[in-house]
Amino acid sequence: MKRFGLISVPYLWLLALFLVPFLIVLKISLSDTALAIPPYTPTLDMSEGWAGFTAWLSGLDIENFTWLTQDDLYWKAYLSSLKIATMSTILALLVGFPIAYGMSRASDEWRPTLMMMIILPFWTSFLIRVYAWKAILSQEGLLNQLLMNIGIIGEPLTILNTNTAVYIGIVYTYLPFMVLPIYSALERLDESLLEAAEDLGCSRMTAFWLVTLPLAKQGIIAGSFLVFIPAMGEFVIPSLLGGSKTLMIGKVLWEEFFSNRDWPVASAVAVVLLLILIIPIVLFQRNEEKQREAGK
Amino acid sequence: MSDAALATAPAEFAPWEDAQATPLIRFQNVTKRFGDFTAIDNLTIDIFEKEFFALLGPSGCGKTTMMRMLGGFETQTEGTILIDGQDVAPIPPNKRAVNMMFQSYALFPHLSVAENIAFGLKRDKMPKDQIAARVDEMLNLVQLGKFASRKPHQISGGQRQRVALARSLAKAPKLLLLDEPLGALDKKLRQDTQFELMDIQEQTGTTFVIVTHDQEEAMTVASRIAVMDHGKIIQVDTPAKIYEEPGSVYVADFIGDVNLIEGNVTTSGDDHATISWAEGQQDLIGIAHDAIPAGTRATLAIRPEKVNIATEKPADMTNIIQGKVHDIAYLGNMSTYVVETPTGQLIKAQAANTRRIRRRAITWEQDVWLSFTDTAGVVLTS
Repeated sequence: MKRFGLISVPYLWLLALFLVPFLIVLKISLSDTALAIPPYTPTLDMSEGWAGFTAWLSGLDIENFTWLTQDDLYWKAYLSSLKIATMSTILALLVGFPIAYGMSRASDEWRPTLMMMIILPFWTSFLIRVYAWKAILSQEGLLNQLLMNIGIIGEPLTILNTNTAVYIGIVYTYLPFMVLPIYSALERLDESLLEAAEDLGCSRMTAFWLVTLPLAKQGIIAGSFLVFIPAMGEFVIPSLLGGSKTLMIGKVLWEEFFSNRDWPVASAVAVVLLLILIIPIVLFQRNEEKQREAGK
Repeated sequence: MSDAALATAPAEFAPWEDAQATPLIRFQNVTKRFGDFTAIDNLTIDIFEKEFFALLGPSGCGKTTMMRMLGGFETQTEGTILIDGQDVAPIPPNKRAVNMMFQSYALFPHLSVAENIAFGLKRDKMPKDQIAARVDEMLNLVQLGKFASRKPHQISGGQRQRVALARSLAKAPKLLLLDEPLGALDKKLRQDTQFELMDIQEQTGTTFVIVTHDQEEAMTVASRIAVMDHGKIIQVDTPAKIYEEPGSVYVADFIGDVNLIEGNVTTSGDDHATISWAEGQQDLIGIAHDAIPAGTRATLAIRPEKVNIATEKPADMTNIIQGKVHDIAYLGNMSTYVVETPTGQLIKAQAANTRRIRRRAITWEQDVWLSFTDTAGVVLTS
């Protein structure tokens, strides 16, 4: 009984803060928009008993989901998000792996400092950091001034309000999520494994490909999902750093909710986004389980 | 212990006594420093083909550094290391015909047992069918055929040790280095594995260099032992010689149990030396190959099992010590008697328990006579 009580805490938490909100959103996505508060119909009227419930049920339909397939804005936004999230993940991996590798090879007295440097940005608000990038990337920003002063470029580059700025923002923001799992995988790597590989005829380079990389694989996969999943639904970065041409589903979702006040369509967009993300989330979970087993 | 050692080194196999034999490995005045610390101090030694050579010493004595230099993971600061007549300093580990079995085994956790063994063969671009055949051969050698497809974390510690051995032998190296190969195994398994190691060494004819801090292990497996301390080799000899005729007090004390009796040399010569060591006790005589000037301070080292204990004074023994039983340790198959001499020195004697304990003639506080022959102990000056 006591055990049951203990286990039920996280489940209750999930039920209250994830499943119930999700069901509400799902319900709204099946409703119609209306000029009312809340801005959709039908709403459940309990005073009429069973008849009220059936009436409420018959008022629900999948019209909004069909609408998502009819207007090409939505699937274009999904695809564009997918592309941006994938590219950002690859970029974050390319930047993050060498950092994690360097950290794992660093001497013991340096490691806590390096770790601190990776975590330190979290001490400042995410929003402020993204705004800071605006100051860096704008036409008169720090980056352009620097490059022009050195004389590399004659005219300022247009980076802010382009997809490039969005990539920079996402890679910057989610880099720690890439670095930390890879670092934890590489840190556990026993130095003698590399010596054994060399002893058996590998050059340093092949030892890296045949031993280091395969053993970091789980970390790479975990890091990639941790970047990909939030990047897919990212809203703040594209709206602050991206331009009018930057199409991301998070931004579309926000516009449907707050500009259009079309809660049902916005909810449908959210439900579909969740369904898309379930695949990588399940894959991520499997990877974690595998890692736990291998660690035994 | 020494019987087993003799079994691995039949009388014919003693290339170190043959002036014509060319050693496989030559360390010539090798010094290795890490910053201020001297790990290996001007060391010269030859190791011959097909030897099972043990580097024995306490931790930090430089034995692992020596092995890592052979493997190519460290480069000497001074001196030359030759393997098969070739200076190996410029050769990286992956180009040496030397393989190493790591103390941690260093098995690749993401590869199966068979893939681990095949790892080195694949690097040599050996054809696939030959690799498969060689892997099978190795699996049979270490009796792990059934576990070929398991991952390292799915097998026991003893099995992992054998996979590591099979992997390091797969490429048929000229020289196999073993870094504390049995250190992680429990005592029973370690003893079984020692004999297996010896069999495998004989079967494959590979030269083995083993690093160990366990003197029993070194005695069991090795054809020759180098006892090391502070980056220097104190003595290199067969296990029997090391045990019976240690060249110094350090070696005598490091290997096995020993009585060390200090005294002044009275006479010396004819392979023997006599020391006077305590008032009221007769002088003791032991082996000393080189003549020692009279009056030199020296130590007689004598193994407890070579000391005879009796309740009556033996008539025809060269060395006799009188004393009183101070303590008795019953070890089952034998007992160790600690005898106190009138001058307060404690000397150990061991006797096999051929009779049941209740019929034992010797008991606490009893006056006894210890005796041993003139070839049982050695007189050491260092």
